Amino acid sequence: MWDYSDTVKEHFYNPRNAGPLAEANAVGEVGSISCGDALRLMLKVDPGSETILDASFQTFGCGSAIASSSALTEIIKGRTLDEALTVTNQDIADYLGGLPPEKMHCSVMGREALQSAIANYRGEDWKDDHAEGALVCKCFAIDSVLIEETIRANNLCSVEQVTNYTKAGGSCSSCHEGIEEILAKVMAERGESFAPGQPPARKTPGKLSTLERIRRIEDVIARARPNLLRDHGDIELVDVEGKTIYVAMKGACSGCQMEALTLGGIQQQMVEALGELVKVVPVKLAQPA
Amino acid sequence: MSAPIYLDNNATTRCAPEAVAAMLPFFTEQFGNPSSMHSFGAKVGHAVKAARASLQGLLGAEQDSEIIYTAGGTEADNTAILSALKAYPERKEIITTSVEHHAVLHLCGQLEKEGYTIHRLKVDGKGRLDLAEYRAVLSSKVAVVSVMWANNETGTYFPVVKMAEMARAADVLFHTDAVQAVGKIPLDLRHSAIDMLSLSGHKLHGPKGIGALYLRRGARFRPLLRGGGQERGRRAGTENVPAIIGLGVAAQLAIEHMTEENSRVRALRDRLQAGILAAVPNAFATGDLDNRLPNTLNIAFEYVEGEAILMLLNKQGIAASSGSACTSGSLEPSHVMRAMGIPYTAAHGTIRFSLSRENTEAEIDRVIAAVPPIIARLRKLSPYWGEDGPVTDPEKAFAPAYA
Repeated sequence: MWDYSDTVKEHFYNPRNAGPLAEANAVGEVGSISCGDALRLMLKVDPGSETILDASFQTFGCGSAIASSSALTEIIKGRTLDEALTVTNQDIADYLGGLPPEKMHCSVMGREALQSAIANYRGEDWKDDHAEGALVCKCFAIDSVLIEETIRANNLCSVEQVTNYTKAGGSCSSCHEGIEEILAKVMAERGESFAPGQPPARKTPGKLSTLERIRRIEDVIARARPNLLRDHGDIELVDVEGKTIYVAMKGACSGCQMEALTLGGIQQQMVEALGELVKVVPVKLAQPA
Repeated sequence: MSAPIYLDNNATTRCAPEAVAAMLPFFTEQFGNPSSMHSFGAKVGHAVKAARASLQGLLGAEQDSEIIYTAGGTEADNTAILSALKAYPERKEIITTSVEHHAVLHLCGQLEKEGYTIHRLKVDGKGRLDLAEYRAVLSSKVAVVSVMWANNETGTYFPVVKMAEMARAADVLFHTDAVQAVGKIPLDLRHSAIDMLSLSGHKLHGPKGIGALYLRRGARFRPLLRGGGQERGRRAGTENVPAIIGLGVAAQLAIEHMTEENSRVRALRDRLQAGILAAVPNAFATGDLDNRLPNTLNIAFEYVEGEAILMLLNKQGIAASSGSACTSGSLEPSHVMRAMGIPYTAAHGTIRFSLSRENTEAEIDRVIAAVPPIIARLRKLSPYWGEDGPVTDPEKAFAPAYA
């Protein structure tokens, strides 16, 4: 039996706002029938103020899916659409007094239904950008898709690195076999083989020579480039001053919404490669005349 | 609330009070190690011998030495398959089915990663095998065939006696996971071609933590655990004496109740099936209904989800289980339902009711009364359900953006 909170059980046994909503003018339908969840969210929106006057749901799903749907309708009633859009899946889970890690996707489905319904009201297209994989790390609710994408995007090669980037495997450690399998698969794609033990970029005790430092910085940049090039972007090392590494983001990377995430990943690898805390700072290169 | 009703006996059973009583002295005054030379050990050794003979009787085995005690069904399954691979190192193929228990299926998945070829026989919509497909893959390249006797979710039997003969004719070891069958149907292993058979104590009103591998005399074997000479060197480690004694009693009780299991319990199961299906529309029993365990009933309730059903049943004190993804925390519904081609909208709503000789007609009637309102209530919440039936063309009327 799942360790459901009393609030989850209460919302499951007595769901609020269940059933069709006749005057609905915004409908969101999301779900994944293969995982056994599907949710239709119906809103009655006041056209003048864009306030959600009423909300109801129909859900095919487990206890926590029904409870999450019920909680969502309670949370958003009376809010404007813009206010409702700030509701996160964590808000839904918190409202319910928490959800087991295996069930967090129920709250994600609630948030997606809300986005879908609001897009429907505004005549926009809504596409689900969130692929879900099998749950690997139960302590932190991290699934295989997220781990795989993070390994690929950052050229990771050890369980320790995966833990640093995603938290997966950082607690009870019983999922390390699963993480190693994903590492082996992704590393094989890039022509490497997974070797357990120390990651190649070890922390070296003692001070590095300036030359060795620059070499390692260049190594990290070189490892990051193939992925950026694939996305029509690029990165260039501009200068190193003490603990600050200046880089230029080029092509599609320049101004990309994911720039901060990319740089964060590169910074993490720099820290590991150099064994010291450094900052990676993007600079704009002067355009050639 | 009235007394709880336990209909999840394929998951585990209540240890019979007679078994518990028989075990207790082996925790206290009869604490000796059966391998010891003194009288403390000798008495215990005799008791283990008697328990082994009782289990031998339940299996219809020719020799009591054909029984190797293990920690449970999973260990017996792993021992059997890994032993065959070690005994025939030049054979790199295994035949099994797509609906085995995870103890076999996940082991085979791992062996596949290590380079073995796994033939997973398919099943049809009723969960039946095609013996022509089996015959086609049976060859001298196969180290072992592992096919379950009865499916844990639907109760469907596989023709293991016939399949074992086919394996023997091809000179291939045959193993069956009979965890669900042992104690529920009469067995006569001495007249079969089955080389290895797994069983588990707690599925037949014995204690947990004990199981056994039947190993036909003469079948080639390599131990999984090596160490002391227990179980004639085939499974090292000091015997779990209290549990072995408990399993012996449970086996004796199973023999005594075998007729009841196949008459009264079967009739209760049939009553439950008829009662629910008469009252609930858009529901059907899964598996091979004329060829299954007497105690097992698996019903798919369309357009509702299994875990939600279980929670509402549990609120009324009724214990069952489900093949939905949610109950296991995985993303896919039961591999057994998927293998039978049950659509997702029904597979997620499968509920398994598994009875035992402890159930009564009054209990079954209470369940028959409890189920229809629960299904109706959840269907009211379901986007696939209209006023009093599924919405027209449910898959099209509700087509969410899938993750």
